[in-house]
Amino acid sequence: MAEKKDFETNLKELEQIVERLEKGDTTLDESIKFFEKGMKISVNCRKVLDSAKQKINDLTRAEKEEEKKID
Amino acid sequence: MDIRALTVKQLNIYVKSLLEGDSHLQSVAVTGEISNFKNHYASGHLYFTLKDADAAIRCVMFRSYAMRLNFTPQDGMQVVLIGRVSLYEKDGQYQFYAEQMFAAGAGELALKFEEIKNRLEKEGLFDLSKKKKLPAFPKRIAVVTSDTGAAVRDILNILSRRWPLCQVLMCPVAVQGENAVPDMLDALERVYKLNNCDVIIIGRGGGSAEDLWAFNSEELARKIAVSPVPVISAVGHETDFSISDFAADLRAPTPSAAAELAVPDCKEVAAGIEKLKVALKTALNGKYNLCNAKFEKASNSPFLKYPEERIIGLRLEQIDRLTDRASAAIDRNINSLSSKYGELLAKLDALSPLKVISRGYGFVTKNGSAVVSASDLSEGDRISLKFNDGEADCTVNERKLNNG
Repeated sequence: MAEKKDFETNLKELEQIVERLEKGDTTLDESIKFFEKGMKISVNCRKVLDSAKQKINDLTRAEKEEEKKID
Repeated sequence: MDIRALTVKQLNIYVKSLLEGDSHLQSVAVTGEISNFKNHYASGHLYFTLKDADAAIRCVMFRSYAMRLNFTPQDGMQVVLIGRVSLYEKDGQYQFYAEQMFAAGAGELALKFEEIKNRLEKEGLFDLSKKKKLPAFPKRIAVVTSDTGAAVRDILNILSRRWPLCQVLMCPVAVQGENAVPDMLDALERVYKLNNCDVIIIGRGGGSAEDLWAFNSEELARKIAVSPVPVISAVGHETDFSISDFAADLRAPTPSAAAELAVPDCKEVAAGIEKLKVALKTALNGKYNLCNAKFEKASNSPFLKYPEERIIGLRLEQIDRLTDRASAAIDRNINSLSSKYGELLAKLDALSPLKVISRGYGFVTKNGSAVVSASDLSEGDRISLKFNDGEADCTVNERKLNNG
């Protein structure tokens, strides 16, 4: 299920999952479920971050080319 | 017939209001000779009479004004007073309230200047609250000055160097002589009507007091004061002050300074924009790095990176530990039982009759059963003596008991 939550919301959820797992009071079953969710969110976050980085690089490059044109 | 009689107070008040209602009498210059000079040291107020050949008038100069004098008035001095005329209600005394005092011989122009300045200031024409702020990036500047001479050249050079983006509306005028004031009034009127300029610069280069006199015109000051856009007045050198300087929204010490004040420096603005660009990039990268760091921290948790270890391994470890504990517990139990058994065995062994026999004792049996008491035996019984290494069949010869 694709959820359209923003990066900050996803990150928060990831942090909460890690906290729960680290606390150690989850059953085996819960642990596995949390782990699965955590991996999903983690993959999603990584994707968002990577595309953001890409966008920043593209904008910076485009701006440098604009400057060259003016000069 | 009824005659309407006023009280003296009513009459005095009425006359006083007549005097104070006349604006000419509220700022007027008068010249004459000081006499009957009295300085009330306690209050600091000065009281004297100003007279000439034909007339005299009583005068008072209050302490707040008298404080500013840079000379001591004396009887016989010829002076020019600037102040107002009124009436002291209590005694009906018609007085001149002096605000400024000049020794006669002070330049006529200087006096005129002071008088005009005083009057317009009282009207509120120079109020700070009326001053307009200059626009940051003017698009069009009206320049009202002579089209010959250094002033206009300097202004145009500086404007084109600092902010070539703006347009200049050149309004050539006479800046001295009888045409100066009419020219400037006309130019300002036209600029106001066109209404397409952001700022007006009005002024001229240096000169004598007479040369600069047009810029002390009351009419010009009033015209400047009603400008819809900010006006910068730039007359003469740094030390020259004109009435137009006070009426304008900003005084520039020189025409060149006016150009510098009117527009920003495009190089500085460009540098500022570059700085903002850098700050933008820094902020964006900073935000990315922060988000990335937070994410890395969370996703690097060993619970996500090594789940088998954390989720399964941990539990296996628990099981192992419990198993160890169980084993250890069982071992302890067995050991303790073992040693108990060992103890009992040893005790049993120690009590065993066979042990007794091995120490050299024997025991008696009759007909297969053990005999433990002599009273169980009679003469002639067939008994068996059992030893560790064998036995002997015997017959009882005599039996004796310990008691009788």
